[in-house]
Amino acid sequence: MSVTSVDKDFEQLTLTLIADFDAPAEQVWRLWEDPRKIERWWGPPTYPATFERHDFKQGGETAYYMTGPEGDKHYGWWKVTAIDPPRSVEITEGFADDEGRPIPEMPASIMRMRLSDHDGGTRMELRSTFDSREQMDQLVEMGMEEGLAGAVGQMDALLTA
Amino acid sequence: MVVDELNERATDHVFHALADATRRDILSRCADGEPSVSRLADAYPMSFAAVQKHVAVLERAGLVIKRRRGREQLVRTDPEALRRARQVLDRLETTWRERVNRMSDLLAEENAPEDHETTKGTDQ
Repeated sequence: MSVTSVDKDFEQLTLTLIADFDAPAEQVWRLWEDPRKIERWWGPPTYPATFERHDFKQGGETAYYMTGPEGDKHYGWWKVTAIDPPRSVEITEGFADDEGRPIPEMPASIMRMRLSDHDGGTRMELRSTFDSREQMDQLVEMGMEEGLAGAVGQMDALLTA
Repeated sequence: MVVDELNERATDHVFHALADATRRDILSRCADGEPSVSRLADAYPMSFAAVQKHVAVLERAGLVIKRRRGREQLVRTDPEALRRARQVLDRLETTWRERVNRMSDLLAEENAPEDHETTKGTDQ
C-alpha cells in the first residue's frame, strides 16, 4: 500500500501526504531511525543517499549526501526539533556545504511525520512546510536581494531549458 | 536531478517571498487588479516605505511586475511565476510519492518469508 491522499496548501506553502503501510508503527519508525534503512528510500536510485551522521533524538543532527551519476555530491542536513518515538518527529532540513555544515543563507524547510495505527497497519502523515519568514527577513537585511534575483534568473533559465 | 536540486534551491526563494502574510495579501490584491503602490500602502497599517519594501521583495522573487504610469507605480502579479511556485509543490509531491513507494517496497521486503530474501544479498 502507499499514498492515500495528498493535499497542497499553496497559501501555507505546505504539502500534506498520507500513506498507509502494511506494517506495525515500530517497523515504519525504524525506516526513519536507522541510517542504513533511510539510505534505501531517501534518494532516488540514480542519486543514492549516504547518511554519515544520524542522531535521531531531540536536538540530534544528521549529515548526509546524495551521489549523482558523475560522482557529484550534494550535501544536506537535518535537525530533530521534536521527537516522540515511535509516533512522531519534527525535523528541520536544509542544504549543507561539502563538510556537512548547514549553509545558513540557504532556506530550510520543516518536515513533520506522524504515525498512527490504522486498519491493522500504520498510517504515516507527512507534512512538509517551507517556513522561512525569518530567514527571508534575514536575507533582506543582509542585503542579499541581488542573490535572490540571481537565483530567480537561474530558475527561469532552468525551467525554460 | 542536479538541475532539480539547483532548481529547488532557486525556487525556495520564491517561497521565502510568499512566506509573509502581508506579501501574500499584496499578491492577491495584485492578482485582482493592478493597484498602485500608494493604494496598496493605504490598505495596511504600515508605512509607505514598508509596503514598498514588501513589493520589492515580491518583485525580486519574480512574482509581481511593476510598471510606471505617470507618477504612479502599478503592480500586477506574474501568473507565470505563481505557476512555477505551484510546480515546486508538485515536484515535492512527486519526490514524496517516490519515497513512500520505496519505503513500502522496503517494508514488504523485510516482511517477506525468509526464502524469498536470499536473492536480496547483503541486507541480512
